[in-house]
Amino acid sequence: MALPEQKQSQIDERLSDLTLPEGGVWSSAARADALDRLRAMGLPVRRDEYWRFTDPRGLVSSDAPAAKVLVTDEAPIFEIINALKIVFVDGVFDADQSDDLTLEAVDIQRLSDAASTDIHWAKDIYGVLEARGQSPVQRPLAALNTAFATDGILIHVTGKVSKPINLIYLHQSETSDAILHHCIKLDAGADVTVLENGPAAARFNKVMEVEVADGAAFHHVRTQGRDHERSAATHMFTRLGTESTFKSFTLTVNGVLTRNECVIELTGDDAVAHVAGAAVGDGDFHHDDTVFVTHDAVNCESRQVFKKVLRNGATGVFQGKILVKEGAQKTDGYQISQSLLLDGDSQFLAKPELEIYADDVACSHGSTSGAIDEDALFYLRSRGVPSSEAQDLLTLAFLAEALDEIEDEDIAAVLLERLDGWLSRRRAT
Amino acid sequence: MSLDTEVKEGVDQETVDAVREVGGAYKHGWQTDIEMDYAPKGVNTDIVRLISSKNDEPEWMTEWRLGAFDRWEKMKEPEWAMVDYPKIDYQDIYYYAAPKSMAEKPKSLDDVDPKLLETYKKLGIPLKEQMILAGVEGAENAPAEGRKVAVDAVFDSVSVGTTFQEELKKAGVIFCSISEAIREHPELVKKYLGSVVPVTDNYFATLNSAVFSDGSFVYVPPGVRCPMELSTYFRINAENTGQFERTLIIADKGSYVSYLEGCTAPMRDTNQLHAAVVELVALEDAEIKYSTVQNWYPGDENGVGGIYNFVTKRADCRGDRSKVMWTQVETGSAVTWKYPSCILRGNESQGEFYSIAIANNMQQADTGTKMVHLGKNTKSRIVSKGISAGKAQNTYRGLVSMHPKAKESRNYTQCDSLLIGDKCGAHTVPYIEVKNNSSRVEHEATTSKVDDDQLFYCRQRGMDEEEAVALVVNGFCKDVLQALPMEFAMEAQQLVAISLEGSVG
Repeated sequence: MALPEQKQSQIDERLSDLTLPEGGVWSSAARADALDRLRAMGLPVRRDEYWRFTDPRGLVSSDAPAAKVLVTDEAPIFEIINALKIVFVDGVFDADQSDDLTLEAVDIQRLSDAASTDIHWAKDIYGVLEARGQSPVQRPLAALNTAFATDGILIHVTGKVSKPINLIYLHQSETSDAILHHCIKLDAGADVTVLENGPAAARFNKVMEVEVADGAAFHHVRTQGRDHERSAATHMFTRLGTESTFKSFTLTVNGVLTRNECVIELTGDDAVAHVAGAAVGDGDFHHDDTVFVTHDAVNCESRQVFKKVLRNGATGVFQGKILVKEGAQKTDGYQISQSLLLDGDSQFLAKPELEIYADDVACSHGSTSGAIDEDALFYLRSRGVPSSEAQDLLTLAFLAEALDEIEDEDIAAVLLERLDGWLSRRRAT
Repeated sequence: MSLDTEVKEGVDQETVDAVREVGGAYKHGWQTDIEMDYAPKGVNTDIVRLISSKNDEPEWMTEWRLGAFDRWEKMKEPEWAMVDYPKIDYQDIYYYAAPKSMAEKPKSLDDVDPKLLETYKKLGIPLKEQMILAGVEGAENAPAEGRKVAVDAVFDSVSVGTTFQEELKKAGVIFCSISEAIREHPELVKKYLGSVVPVTDNYFATLNSAVFSDGSFVYVPPGVRCPMELSTYFRINAENTGQFERTLIIADKGSYVSYLEGCTAPMRDTNQLHAAVVELVALEDAEIKYSTVQNWYPGDENGVGGIYNFVTKRADCRGDRSKVMWTQVETGSAVTWKYPSCILRGNESQGEFYSIAIANNMQQADTGTKMVHLGKNTKSRIVSKGISAGKAQNTYRGLVSMHPKAKESRNYTQCDSLLIGDKCGAHTVPYIEVKNNSSRVEHEATTSKVDDDQLFYCRQRGMDEEEAVALVVNGFCKDVLQALPMEFAMEAQQLVAISLEGSVG
C-alpha cells in the first residue's frame, strides 16, 4: 500500500541522508530487508495511534537535535560493580577504554567485525526478532536501526557467565546521532546479566535483540540519563523459550525525550518475563515506556511495573499491552503503571491494554495517578520528619515496587543511591 | 457456538448450554406485517430533503441536515475499533420507512394502529397507561411492575406515540418526538441540538445529523423533578432499513429526570444499520439518569444477520453540580460501537457509567465511555463488566481525561472481563490522561474465568457447584444491575438471567 504523501516525503528525505553500511552476505541481506520494511511503513508521525502521547519529530528528523554534554565528576554508575566493560563513545566502540572481550562461557564480537563475514550465528537474530515485533504494531525506528546501525555488540552466551557485561555509552559530541544494534543469544541453560548506562549521544537509537533459549536466564539493568537535553528511542525485542527467564529494569533520570519500547514474546511454556521501569524527571522531560507482551505458550508469567515521578511540567507516558493468544492458557499477566505528580504542571498519559483470546487466564492491570498522599505526609511530619525529607521518603517508597524487581542487591543499592542524588539535587533547586 | 467447544473447569455444562441457547433464542425476532411507506433506497440531498419535509420541518432544520450531509460525504468510516464487518453499502439502505397508518400522526395511543400496539405488547413494553386508562385500581401505586412510565415508541423511522403527555405537561415537562419538538419548540431545539454532539463529530453522528427521522425530546424545566420515568422503545421492523434516531434531553437548573431506552429488531439474515445520536444537557444542579437495555437482534450463531449498532451518546454536564448517570445492559447487536460519554464542564459535576456488555456467538462489541474532566472538583466513576462467550469479541475502550484546570477531581475506573470458552476474546483499551496533580485517577482491570477460590469457599459452605457459580457471577455484575432503575431492573435481570446468569451458573 502506498504511503500517504506526507509520510512518503518524510521517509524520502530521511533516507536521502543515510547510506547502508557495507558488509558480508548475511548482514547486507538483513539490512536490505529492514530497509524494505521501513520504506513500506514510513516514519512515525504524531497522528499515528501508537504515537498519540509522544511527538516523534525529534526522533525522526534528519539532524539530531543538539544536546549539551553534561560535565560531571560523578563516577559512572556501575563502576563499583565487577563487570566486563564495553565502552561506546558517541555510538562508536572504543577498544582502549573497554576491557578485553574474552570471558568464560561467552563469545563477544563487535557488530562491524561480524557483519563483514558471510556466515554468522547472528543471522538468525539480527533483524529477525525486530521484524517479528513489527506486527501488529509498526515500529519504524527499529527497522531504521536494523538497516543503518553503525556499531553494536554481538554476545553469544553458552553457560553461566561469572560477571555482568557492562555496556557504557559515553556522550562527547553535542550533535552525535548514534545508531547501535546489539544481539544477544543465550543457549539452553545459559545465564547472563547485561548492564547498560550512560547518555550515549545527543540522539540515540538503539535496538537490542535477545533470544533466550530453553531454561536460560537473561538479566538486564540499565540507567539512562542524566544529560538533560539528550533524546533516545530504544527497542528491546526478546523471544523466550520454555522455562526461560527475562528480567529487565530501567532507571531513567531526565532527558528531553525518551521512548523505550520493549517487545516480549513468550513462545515456550512456563517462561517468565518481568519488565520494570522507574523514571524521575523534571522540566522538559518527556518519557515514554511502551511495552508489548505476547503470550503464546501455556503457563507463562509476565509482569510490568512502571513508576514515574514527575515535576515542573514533565510528562510521563505508559503504553502497555498484554496479548494472550488463543491457547495460551494458565497465563498470569500483571501490569501496573503509576505516576506521582509533584506539581500541577506535570502530566501522565497512559494506555494500559489487555487483549485476551484464552479463557483460563488471570490478567490484570492497574494505573493510578496523583499527588503525594497528604495523610502520609502529615503522619511523617507529626513524627518530626521535615517536610522535604518526608516528601523524599514517600517518593522513594513510591518507586520501591519497581526497584524491587531488581534481583541483584548490589545493583539495586547503586540505583537507589543515584535516585537519592536526584532527590537531593531537586531539594537544592 | 459449536457443541464441541472445550469447557473449562468451574464453568459447568448447564451454564454453557444456557449460553448456547441464547444464541438461538432471540425472542424478539418476529416481524410485524404492516404496510410501510418507504423513501427510495440510498442517501443523497433529495432524500435528506424528503425526510425533512416528511417531518414538516422548518427551513433552518433542512439546511442543518444538508450541511451535515455535505460534511458526511467528505468523511471516512472509522476503522480503529476492534470490530470486523463487511463494508456497508450506504446506498443500499432505506433511510426512511414509516408505517402507512402513521401518515396522519395519531393524537393519542387510541388512534394508533392496533397492529402497532400489538407489536409493543409482544415486546413486553410497559405501555402501562393502558392499564391505568382501563381503570385498574391502584395501578399507579403497584410496586415496580405498575409504576408509571411515560413512553415514546419509535417504529422504524417515526415516533408512533407518546404517552402521558398531558400529565407531564402539568409538571411543565415536555416529552415528545423530536420531529414534534422541532415544530413546536424550535427555540429549545435550535439552542441545544448539536451542541453536545456537533454535526462534525464522527462519521456515524454526521450521517445521523443528515438523515435522522425521529427520536425523543425531553425538556425538564428548572426545579422540576420529572413525576415519572420517561421511556423510549425503538423497534426496527422493516427490512433493509437503517434506523437513525436522535434523542435530546435537557434538564434545566435543579431538575431531575430518569430516562429509559429499549430496543429490539426482527431476526433477518441481512445486517441492518442503527446509527443513533443521543445528547444530554444537564444545567446547574440538574440530574439525568439514562438507562439502556439494548437487545437488538444479534445475528445467528454463525454471525449471519444482526444489527450494526453505531451509536454516539454524550452528556454535557454544563452546569455546576450537575450529574449524569449512564447505565447500559448490552446484550444484542451483531456489532456494537458505542461510547456513552460525559463532558464534566461544570464545577463539582459528576459522571457515572455502569455497563454490562454480553457478547455471545459471533457478536462483536467495542464499547466503553469517555469522562472528560474540565471543571474543578469533578467526579467520575466507571464500572464496566464484559462477558464473552462463543466466538465473540468484547472490548472495553475508554478515556479518562483530567484537564489542567480540573483541580481536585477524581476518577475511579473498574473494568472486569469474564471469558467463557476458549474461542472468545476480551479486550481492554483504556486511555488515561492526567494533566494536573491534585486529581486522582485510578484504573483497574481484570480478566479471568470464574475464580476457583471463591467457588471453593462457597462449596465448602454447602452450596452445590451450580449455585456457587451463580452466586459468583451474580456478584460479578451486581454493581451494574443495582444501578438500573426499578423499571429496567426486571427486564435487565431477565436478559442477564438468560444470557449471563444462565451462561455461567
